[in-house]
Amino acid sequence: MAKKFLSGDEAFAEGIRLVRPEVISAYPITPQTIVVERLSEMVEDKSLDSEFIHVESEHSALSCAMGASAAGVRAFTATSSQGLLYMAECLYYASGGRFPIVMMNANRSTALPWNIYGDQRDSLSQLDSGWIQAYAENAQESLDLALMSYYIAEKREVSTPFMVNLDGFILTHTYEEVDIPTQDQADIFLPKYETDNKLDLDNPKNMAFSAGPEHNYIFKYKEHIGMKNAVSVIGEAEKKFSEIFGRKYSGLIDTYKTEDADYIIITLGSIAGLCRETADKLRKNGNRAGVLRIRYMRPFPAKEITEIVKNAKSVAVLEKDISFGNEGTVFTNVNSALHTEKINVPSYNFIGGLGGRNISASDIEHIYSAMEKGTEKVNFIGIEVEE
Amino acid sequence: MAVTAKNLCKDEFFYGHKACAGCGGSLAVRNALKVLGKNAVAVLPAGCMSAVGFNFPQLCFANNAIISTFAGTSSMLTGIEAGFRRRGITDFTAVGFAGDGGTADIGIQALSGAIDRNDNIIYICYDNEAYMNTGIQKSGLTPFGAKTTTTPAGENIRGNIRPKKNMFEIVAAHDISYAATATVGYMTDFLNKIEMLHIPEKIFMRLHLLLLFLMMVLLMRTLSLKMRKTASKR
Ligand SMILES: Cc1ncc(C[n+]2csc(CCOP(=O)(O)OP(=O)(O)O)c2C)c(N)n1
Ligand code: SF4
Ligand SMILES: [Mg+2]
Repeated sequence: MAKKFLSGDEAFAEGIRLVRPEVISAYPITPQTIVVERLSEMVEDKSLDSEFIHVESEHSALSCAMGASAAGVRAFTATSSQGLLYMAECLYYASGGRFPIVMMNANRSTALPWNIYGDQRDSLSQLDSGWIQAYAENAQESLDLALMSYYIAEKREVSTPFMVNLDGFILTHTYEEVDIPTQDQADIFLPKYETDNKLDLDNPKNMAFSAGPEHNYIFKYKEHIGMKNAVSVIGEAEKKFSEIFGRKYSGLIDTYKTEDADYIIITLGSIAGLCRETADKLRKNGNRAGVLRIRYMRPFPAKEITEIVKNAKSVAVLEKDISFGNEGTVFTNVNSALHTEKINVPSYNFIGGLGGRNISASDIEHIYSAMEKGTEKVNFIGIEVEE
Repeated sequence: MAVTAKNLCKDEFFYGHKACAGCGGSLAVRNALKVLGKNAVAVLPAGCMSAVGFNFPQLCFANNAIISTFAGTSSMLTGIEAGFRRRGITDFTAVGFAGDGGTADIGIQALSGAIDRNDNIIYICYDNEAYMNTGIQKSGLTPFGAKTTTTPAGENIRGNIRPKKNMFEIVAAHDISYAATATVGYMTDFLNKIEMLHIPEKIFMRLHLLLLFLMMVLLMRTLSLKMRKTASKR
């Protein structure tokens, strides 16, 4: 194992070097670009033996990755924001075709207004596209997810594409010390991709076909089951991962001082660190604050979340997202879980960080105090709402 | 040896589909596959040929075949070609069959990208001069004066007032290795052009170019007068 000082993008590229996809097809977009640049360099210096395909758009990037996957090989792509939306048609196509492609998405705001900074509206708008969605918190987790994503996606009972999300700039461009596994370790963890969901000269197949109302529904149901199966495979992957690499992950969610917490912030991505610091600060004053970081938005950890928050006095969902005319999408998902599991804990939504607007420690302190006093259902951090 | 009706492969690779009787597009796909053989890996985007041939469980290709997104014929071909090569397979032919809309309109960007990359693929456009699968709307290859359901010929709109895009010249301007036009009306010529594509050494021995590309403008108007209106719309 070696240690390197890397940005989130670079760490992810290092992870992909260890994964050794046969085909990489990607198109540049800030703040993802560094990933495709690093991968190109790796192909150039032969430390990565992959076909790097210079596609002319994101739609083609994923369409090409699907072709490669249909040909039976491991494929990788990466994008962000406008690019993710541009390839949206292919997102549904890849999941419907059960192609276990992995994509890194650098979370970035979506135009208009144009903005290159981080929020999570791009990926959260695609929750229904049938992709597993993970959100990394730091560069190390990014690298580790590059490895684990393929393990999970390619498991036969899952056969579902996997999107790893990194907060734009805050994570993609911030440097940290990262532990890089050896290729031998990576190879033990991640076997070569074998599938029968492929075109085959000895046993020709017709793939990606039409299915009328009678059959279509069954294919969709199976897709749902595949995604559900990911839950236990994620656990299995993390167990094997910790055995080989020594780093432990905690499944669909990650909790901090939630055991006795009265007030829990539920969030995702890199902002969780600041939430934990704030919780510690509040705890010094006797305030029992906790943090629950959602690591996977799909499959959604409904049971896991409710199990943690059931004894809290209230929860706040902090997210860099809004579904216009309604509320934050993470909030909707969490509320649905609370309702389904019959957990009667008041919940509040705090929307912030859109277009990369800073969320400060004092904003988070304010969330904890607002949860205690009670506040509006949906709150906009840093915007004075006139009554 | 030139391909003729006499020595044409007897195996069928595209049958049991629900194209209109006399469909020129399906005739082109069927006979092209006879020349390309069982190791052809076909990519068909949304359009008539995929709509008539891939209705689960009635799947009509005896060789490997896959539907791509409407815009994604060429990019999917690229991925398949790269994937097979990575598996160490060499005796295959990645071939796309796309309509005029899938080629000259929505798929033109991906097609341009694939030519630019000089990918080792064959691309065949069957040009029936409109979006047929959705019920005869104007495409970039609908000829001047044609009446379609989106270019009605009336007092105010007089059918399609634009000429066909010159797809052959567009492709040729990419400096492509090989492009040709053909029609199923002259079947021997069509078959032999496919044969040229299939065995690149025939044309490229001296040039050492391996890229294959066929731009086939099928003059199919007289063949598909009975337009299919009832086939499934996507
Ligand atoms: C992105 C997208 N837009 C529109 C459609 C609807 N659509 C399916 S086939 C088709 C027309 C195909 O025309 P052409 O490529 O000329 O093939 P033909 O049907 O004439 O064989 C259209 C518009 C689609 N499937 N996907
Ligand atoms: S509408 Fe035209 S292209 Fe489509 S199946 Fe009928 S004859 Fe063939
Ligand atoms: Mg057409």
